Amino acid sequence: MSHRLQFTVKKLIRMALLLLGVSLTAFLLMDASPLDPLQTNVGQAALGAMSPEQVARLEAYWGVNTPAAERYLSWLGGALRGDLGVSLLYRRPVLEVIGQRLSASLGLLIFAWALSGALGLALGILAGASRGRWTDRLIRGGCLLLSSTPAFWLALLLLIVFSVWLRVLPIGLAVPIGAAADSVTLLERLRHALLPAVTLSITGVSGIALHTREKVVDVLDSDYILFARARGEERILRRHVLRNVALPALTLQFASIGEIIGGSVLVEQVFSYPGLGQAAVSAGLGGDMPLLLGITVTTAAIVFGGNLAADLLYGVVDPRIRRGAARG
Amino acid sequence: MEPILSVDHLSVSFTRYGRGLSRTELNPIRDLSLRVEPGQVAAVVGESGSGKSLLAHAIFHILPRNARVAGDIRYDGAPLTRERAESLRGREISLIPQGVTWLDPMMKVGDQLRRGRRDPDTRTRCRQVLERYGLGPETEGLYPFQLSGGMARRVLIASAVMEGPRLIVADEPTPGLDARTAVRVLGHFRELAEEGAGVLLITHDLELALTVAGTVSVFLDGQTVDHLPAARFQSGQGLTHPYTRALWRAMPKNGMEVSGL
Repeated sequence: MSHRLQFTVKKLIRMALLLLGVSLTAFLLMDASPLDPLQTNVGQAALGAMSPEQVARLEAYWGVNTPAAERYLSWLGGALRGDLGVSLLYRRPVLEVIGQRLSASLGLLIFAWALSGALGLALGILAGASRGRWTDRLIRGGCLLLSSTPAFWLALLLLIVFSVWLRVLPIGLAVPIGAAADSVTLLERLRHALLPAVTLSITGVSGIALHTREKVVDVLDSDYILFARARGEERILRRHVLRNVALPALTLQFASIGEIIGGSVLVEQVFSYPGLGQAAVSAGLGGDMPLLLGITVTTAAIVFGGNLAADLLYGVVDPRIRRGAARG
Repeated sequence: MEPILSVDHLSVSFTRYGRGLSRTELNPIRDLSLRVEPGQVAAVVGESGSGKSLLAHAIFHILPRNARVAGDIRYDGAPLTRERAESLRGREISLIPQGVTWLDPMMKVGDQLRRGRRDPDTRTRCRQVLERYGLGPETEGLYPFQLSGGMARRVLIASAVMEGPRLIVADEPTPGLDARTAVRVLGHFRELAEEGAGVLLITHDLELALTVAGTVSVFLDGQTVDHLPAARFQSGQGLTHPYTRALWRAMPKNGMEVSGL
């Protein structure tokens, strides 16, 4: 038990270092951005009409003249106390904005994560089990095609087909335009989330399916499958293949969290879906340093948490680790 | 006595596609013949890596798909077709593979021996075969990685005899075992033969094979070059083929000469 505790503590230290590095990198990139927050947010014309005092006040608000090191350190000091600052664009605490956006995105992300995992696993096993035959070729071909398709392009394609031509699904946003928040039904929310969620799922499927297929092929080539056949065993796929593919599938599934979150940035942008991904884009383009750093750190923590969960689950599922740890 | 297994002029070949259009033909077994009688251990002795294992795989019809097989394999008087092998394997014919990698690393030993069946009869038999090879009931709860080399070998033997087979094919059952364990493992094969099964022992170790085998087939360059009663090796008389003589001379008690090997 102390073994696993030690493992977890080590991982948490690594996580702290990772978040520090990620936030610093994001900060430096943002600092190097040629976008002038004043011009982007206030507008060239309005800026020209302002008095020097007004401009100075705005510059102070956007932190234009504060040295970079000072800005980062003051952000870091706040972050360590749990205060991620106030969003410059939304004029609300960063945590509040992230919480609201995340709750909008969460359904999307979880749906896409579960669907791409389940579908990818099923397709990968099917392809691996029928290796070399037409089902395998079809699945592999489809996956290669999908993985070379940019997510935003796929999103546009789906929009054109389902929203413009067929007119069965809304063109964007999370709720109908002009409707009061209280009057929006769950069904309407689901209808709006459907296309973004499907797009995200599709882009995640191919990687999982292709990796699973390789693993299934490896397992089918193993000595123990040969032995199972030599012993006249039935249901080899269920008894041996699934069991041995389960572990790598678990790793893949949790590692795909990062891809899903990354994909959501583009997909939400295309569908104008007011989620975390879209907030990240507006924060980046609008020079909203506190919000961008907050989102970056939050998503990095989620991705890290996913990988940590996979590592910990491995210890529970894999008898070699579970019993090995118990013995040593 | 009528042989339980007879193999005549077996050949196994593979076509391998290399880069571009290049194609290579591999022919690890070209002309292999042997007989296994009930109540007898028949050994096939050949160098490591010479393709002997393919003989076992051909009998069980578990060769890779790109393998081509020619020749005659007869079990109990009738051709051993794929359909027949599929219905017999695990019941009348059983394989003892080389090592622990032939067990599913993610499944407990007991579940593997029982092959998914849970009836009390199977459970009892499982316990009995393990006990027969000196393995306690706790072995059922172990995963393959927890077995020592000798234990793994005994588990594999136990799994082969669960159903009381009439033909047992043991593929290199001794590498990695110390001499005492190896002799004991081979002793198990003799025991099985004494109970009436035919045992085909595929090995690279002539000396070990001679401790249990009734007949020895010598396998060289894809062919069986000699087929002799084991007794002939005791005296060294009547070994006609030069390779067989060289093998005999290489045995420790005969001077360990390696010329001509």
